[in-house]
Amino acid sequence: MTKNTSAEPIITMRAVTKRFGEFEALKRIDLDVAAGEVVVLLGPSGSGKSTLIRCINLLETYDEGDVVVDGIRVEEGRNLRQVREEVGMVFQAFNLFPNLTVLDNVALGPVRVRKLSWQAARQKAHTLLARVGIGEQAEKYPIQLSGGQQQRVGIARALAMEPRILLFDEPTSALDPEMVGEVLDVIRTLAGTGTTMLLVTHEMGFARKVADRIVFMEAGEIKEIASPDRFFSNPQSERAKAFLDAVLNH
Amino acid sequence: MDLVTTFFNWPIFIRSLPLLLDGLWRTIALGFLSIVLGLAGGLLLALGRMYGPRILQFVIIAYVDVFRALPVLVWLVIVYYALPFVGISLSPFASAAFALTTVSSAYTAEIYRAGIDAIPRGQFEAAQAIGLSTFDLMRDVVLPQAIRIVIPPLTNNSINVMKDTALASVVAMPDLLKQATQAQALAANPTPLIGAAVLYLVLLLPLVRMVAIFEKRLGRSGRR
Repeated sequence: MTKNTSAEPIITMRAVTKRFGEFEALKRIDLDVAAGEVVVLLGPSGSGKSTLIRCINLLETYDEGDVVVDGIRVEEGRNLRQVREEVGMVFQAFNLFPNLTVLDNVALGPVRVRKLSWQAARQKAHTLLARVGIGEQAEKYPIQLSGGQQQRVGIARALAMEPRILLFDEPTSALDPEMVGEVLDVIRTLAGTGTTMLLVTHEMGFARKVADRIVFMEAGEIKEIASPDRFFSNPQSERAKAFLDAVLNH
Repeated sequence: MDLVTTFFNWPIFIRSLPLLLDGLWRTIALGFLSIVLGLAGGLLLALGRMYGPRILQFVIIAYVDVFRALPVLVWLVIVYYALPFVGISLSPFASAAFALTTVSSAYTAEIYRAGIDAIPRGQFEAAQAIGLSTFDLMRDVVLPQAIRIVIPPLTNNSINVMKDTALASVVAMPDLLKQATQAQALAANPTPLIGAAVLYLVLLLPLVRMVAIFEKRLGRSGRR
């Protein structure tokens, strides 16, 4: 699946290094992501995939290099909220707000950040919840929903801000197997709507179907960037071959 | 004299009751004011300690440590008897309210901080990711969750503040205890002291019971 993507990168990472004490989680990462592109990050656990996407909205600070989103350098300060308004995120553990109804989980951002009225924001939230297939759950609290439903609320909450970029940090890893499909279905409908997406996942089949490009990471470095077809049929790096061998042929 | 006429002398109790009730209202007023100011002050201290500039954090840590270590009675006596030497003369009521509030704030600050600390990091991250300001993050996400956690310990602290109001009798404030000792001297009989104890219990036992109910309810919802 390839789409027309504009040549101008919406995300630029240059020599980005991140350390946790002595441990280098990211080692001089260079990556450009074009507007509208769907990039899937693959690699073994601890390879830095999540850390990389968390640098894009500065949930993780980086120690060296530059991350630029839509022309704005991502750093502490006045511009940070502007970046975060454009970058939505879906978390592995959902991180829904347990004190708010499902509807208000989705409406909160537009009310506080976009300054919509509660009425307008809730109306919009209803539309989004219907779009992810859980319109009838709007008045419930997150704890009353299944994992798959909670993650779809998480996606609706991110969409409510109408972000240009969506980050998915292992969105199905905390789900029971029978609920993975419903969440992946929602994500697939988003790929191809023009929203730039970066997705960390261990769902190989899904990665192959949905990605414009695969970024393969290992030990804090990008080892290979390729189209999904090439990556899965003919990976170039030895590490990628070994990784695919381990995850696909068992 | 038998036990009943000594400790539970009804005519003496009735005669001293106006004095006791006069003291009770003052005790309630002092306690209520100190509790409310302590709840507000503690929240400011907790937020300052967690999100303020480093120097402010340091000052607040020192403040909290000092007032948790200093006996309330010692601090109250300093406020009432020592501050006049530097030109600050407060009434007994104001001294007691000031001393109780400053100490209570130190305790409630620690309670709030523990409550906010108990909120998972993912909640902060999700709120930041949708672009909420720190103020909105606190108001809409963190404090509503933290408040449920801190209500039992805050109520406990409020009970302690209400009990500590009895210390104000030392600086000649006519609170419940002070009025009871007055009435006891007047009647040459300890019944007013028993009466005061009963009034303290009437005031505080419901609060003690409330804490137990809060804790039970919180425990249940936590297991949901």
